[in-house]
Amino acid sequence: MVNMARPSLPSEDKRWRIVQGTMRKHGYSRNALIETLHTVQQSFGFLDKDAIRFVASSLRVPPSQAYGVATFYHLFQLRPPGKHTCQVCLGTACFINGAERLMKHAEKSLGIQAGETTPDGEVSLLAVRCVGSCSFAPVMIFDEKTHSYAKSETLDEQLQAWRQP
Amino acid sequence: MSAAPGAKTFVIDGVDASATPGQTILSAAREHNIFIPTLCHLEGLGDVGACRLCLVEVKGARRLLPACTTRVDEGMEVTTNSPRLADYRQMTMQLLFAERNHVCSVCVANNHCEMQSMATTLGMTHVEVPYRFPALTVDASHERFTLDHNRCILCTRCVRVCSEIEGAHTWDVMGRGIQSKVITDLDQPWGTSETCTSCGKCVQVCPTGALFQKNRTGERRGKDPSFLPYLRTMREEL
Repeated sequence: MVNMARPSLPSEDKRWRIVQGTMRKHGYSRNALIETLHTVQQSFGFLDKDAIRFVASSLRVPPSQAYGVATFYHLFQLRPPGKHTCQVCLGTACFINGAERLMKHAEKSLGIQAGETTPDGEVSLLAVRCVGSCSFAPVMIFDEKTHSYAKSETLDEQLQAWRQP
Repeated sequence: MSAAPGAKTFVIDGVDASATPGQTILSAAREHNIFIPTLCHLEGLGDVGACRLCLVEVKGARRLLPACTTRVDEGMEVTTNSPRLADYRQMTMQLLFAERNHVCSVCVANNHCEMQSMATTLGMTHVEVPYRFPALTVDASHERFTLDHNRCILCTRCVRVCSEIEGAHTWDVMGRGIQSKVITDLDQPWGTSETCTSCGKCVQVCPTGALFQKNRTGERRGKDPSFLPYLRTMREEL
């Protein structure tokens, strides 16, 4: 049967305290679901099933509903991110300036689809909608660094750099 | 018929009619014996406007409106049947069939399927759009029931009956757009669900062969959602 008591923290990890803080700030209201999932995403980099289960039972939201919310929004990642992230903006301005070709090139050279991580856990490829740098379109973001007027070569060089220790 | 206080008067298919405040076009139409096709609607459950079969024309509205979630307004002029609506409903029905792997002849619900009989009612003879044939799974992990995503039309009746009537909210929808699918708990095998009470309400309300009872074939495979109005009535405060 389902335990109705508020669950204890999943582990000793201090980051769960931050997650708990968000829920407390909202008085453990069901409405805090998205906000809390955001905190998990920020603290852990992704949402795994244990995290969703913990948040859902803390806020007394049905697990299926919490999972539905977590999978509805593209911003939530359900798999751990790679060591590096490569984001390709597919916003309108970037799209017109060839972002789709960039994305295809990235998918081909990494051997994965957008939203996936390479099997060695090195690089995650993400599609983002608009990063607010439309005058520099197309834009790619490697880890924290933004590249304006990105070309296929920009990506090749970056992958080369990441591969070299 | 004497008008109740606050009753709304409106015109439906050229006939003057009345509706109680907050009543939907669908409910008012049924009271006046006007047929509007539906699939996701089920008496006793909340409405979500998922199947789009009940679209009607409302004078002054630029788009078609779902009858199940649109409330009657004073002076509204509603058309429930027109060549345009018939066209739309045919297309909607065809898209429902083409979206997943609906093949009546090999379906457990054949001849006991609301979707099939609705297609017949609407006079659908064939599907003009190509089938998508998505690769979907079947979950038979539950002791008594099976979930076949290939036959699901995402009407969310199972989600609503589980949440609104049983109160377990085992079902929900994950993903978005074409990737959407119904899930139990954290998208886990149904048999491992912690919240499911195995009451079987979801199976009885499912309009297709997506949810069915194991070991029920032939004449015994029909579904019976008649418990719904009963439960609703019994739970009303006396």
